[in-house]
Amino acid sequence: MYKYNEFDEAAVRSRVAQFRAQVQRRIDGSLTEDEFRPLRLMNGLYLQLHAYMLRIAVPYGTLNPAKMRQLATIAERWDKGYGHFTTRTNLQLNWPRLKDVPDMLEALADVGMHSIQTSGNCVRNVTADHFAGAAADEIEDPRPIAELIRQWSTDHPEFQFLPRKFKIGITGSPHDRAVIRSHDVGLRMVRNAAGEPGFEVYVGGGLGRTPMLAQVIRDFLPQADLLPYLEAILGAYNLKGRRDNKWKARIKITVFENGLDAFRADVEERFERLRSQWSGVDQDILAEIRPHFAPPAFRNAPVDSYEAFRAANPVFRAWTDTNLHEHKVDGYAIVSISLKKHGATPGDATSDQMRVMADLAEKYGHGDLRVSHEQNIILPHVHKSDLPAVWQALREAELATANIGLVSDIIACPGMDYCSLATARAIPIAQQIALRFDELKVEHEVGPLKIKISGCINACGHHHVGHIGILGLDKAGVENYQITLGGDGTETASIGEKMGPGFAASEIVGAIERLVLGYLEIRRDAEETFLECVRRVGLEPFRAFLYEQEETADAA
Amino acid sequence: MAIIVTDKGFTTDDFASPVRPLAEIDQVQDGEGVEIGPADDPRALVGVLGQVGLIRVRFPAFNDGRGFSHARDLRSFGYTGRLRAVGHVLADQYAMARRVGFDEVEIDESLGARQPEDQWLARANWRDNWYQARLRA
Ligand code: SF4
Repeated sequence: MYKYNEFDEAAVRSRVAQFRAQVQRRIDGSLTEDEFRPLRLMNGLYLQLHAYMLRIAVPYGTLNPAKMRQLATIAERWDKGYGHFTTRTNLQLNWPRLKDVPDMLEALADVGMHSIQTSGNCVRNVTADHFAGAAADEIEDPRPIAELIRQWSTDHPEFQFLPRKFKIGITGSPHDRAVIRSHDVGLRMVRNAAGEPGFEVYVGGGLGRTPMLAQVIRDFLPQADLLPYLEAILGAYNLKGRRDNKWKARIKITVFENGLDAFRADVEERFERLRSQWSGVDQDILAEIRPHFAPPAFRNAPVDSYEAFRAANPVFRAWTDTNLHEHKVDGYAIVSISLKKHGATPGDATSDQMRVMADLAEKYGHGDLRVSHEQNIILPHVHKSDLPAVWQALREAELATANIGLVSDIIACPGMDYCSLATARAIPIAQQIALRFDELKVEHEVGPLKIKISGCINACGHHHVGHIGILGLDKAGVENYQITLGGDGTETASIGEKMGPGFAASEIVGAIERLVLGYLEIRRDAEETFLECVRRVGLEPFRAFLYEQEETADAA
Repeated sequence: MAIIVTDKGFTTDDFASPVRPLAEIDQVQDGEGVEIGPADDPRALVGVLGQVGLIRVRFPAFNDGRGFSHARDLRSFGYTGRLRAVGHVLADQYAMARRVGFDEVEIDESLGARQPEDQWLARANWRDNWYQARLRA
């Protein structure tokens, strides 16, 4: 885990002081609301439907017990005792008061955290593979690079007023858990023929109202060229990106309208010009960052007790089947803690639950915690012999739901319950679907299935890359839910296709049920996942499940 | 009267020569100024960078950040002369302006009244806590 040096500490403290003064100047009228807006946004403070919302950055989703405990304390002291983990691996507090926010930021700075650039038209919190440093299939740990990008993007003077927000994602594994092709810039760590480290650079991805997958702009970028190259991309975008239409302002549209080749030529020209301004000292700083992410001292211990407990306890066994992933070290597992208890708000955790997770990470998890973009919490390094104890503690905290990757492990944006842009509710739909499948008791039989729900066209719930995507719209004052099928956010990325007319709030759960039960009928065998099945048979059979139900009923 | 903001606070404009829009670039005499807007391409200035006395970069709105890239570009073309950000620039953006290569900011009196000198001087320490300089150096 990266620990702030004196420079970071001073930078974050001075930001808090600046924001404290800005709040003061807003109150005394030096700043108009229009002028204050981008300044508060730069510090992650939104005005939502009912109140302010503070979005706290969890850079590349990495936390330690002290940070997690401080989040619990902040949520309790200045908010309602819970927080919401988001698809950008940040934490949102939904009820802070403006006058408290400087103190909340100060409390964050005490543990080396901030809320800088979690909103506004700037470079946002960089996201990385949530299994970084633990996954068996990883080529290289992306977190040191992600931290380098965090430092570089913080307060970047040239890029605080871009045409639109800008998101960077990075993965160090061939299996893309970071959904890099849905980012403005996606980075895949690779090595060239000579074995030198570098990046395959993607540009122009994004969801929202015009979903696009990022394309390769450079197939091999040497590691030392990363920051000047990013500046070249951002500079080209800053000047060429559209500012006349908010819906056309993301870089995906800039790339699309100018053409990838022309955009690339512009980037390369800028890169040539800027490269010489970089002395290489960033690589020295990267070298200083690396030891912060050194692997922990893994234990070598027998796992018999784990196997015995697993054999004897079917509930535990079901949890290990879904909530564990393969670790690179023998005897270890990656534990996913589900924040998707059936019927609960996806991604919410109470302060008490945050403390339980912090304690477990400290006691059994080498002090490491991650937030996943799927809105769950990860303990990346747990020795298998400790799993029964971890599971029992999680059960007591209502955190042991065995549903990772299943139907009820739903991503949902805040929707109408909190978000001022929403056209429909998202959270209640997620809750109802989860409860329904819990009743049906089929989710383990159904297996891997990603449902993603957005409460408006902005697609914060990533519905375009859900195997089943649900988009909540407003049809003449009535909520209407549109279904897309076949989306995928991994290395085999694809954008889901629209099925047809939408469904009312009262119909959507039944529609999803028909899709899923229909899949069980037509899948080749239990090995064929939902997504594989959709890819094999196409959309038509699923359309029939969705829309021909009544005719079947008539015939019967 | 326009206010010029530097690290020392508010002052008046001492640039006495004419300042021409980019369209009149052919007529620029030694020591004169040129002004560009957000949509202009500063590459058009490359031939005259050695002779102009001032480049004004207009900010019609504080949330249009193109001027920041123009400044960085002009410096990367080798321009070492006087570079000024003009228009709707906030005190909170002073550090950004200085860091991308502007020497000074020009604002009007009403903005200067609403955001008085001390709010600008508060960011005269723009060299502090500067990640990009630390990484680039
Ligand atoms: S998708 Fe729409 S409703 Fe949901 S969080 Fe984003 S903007 Fe709000």
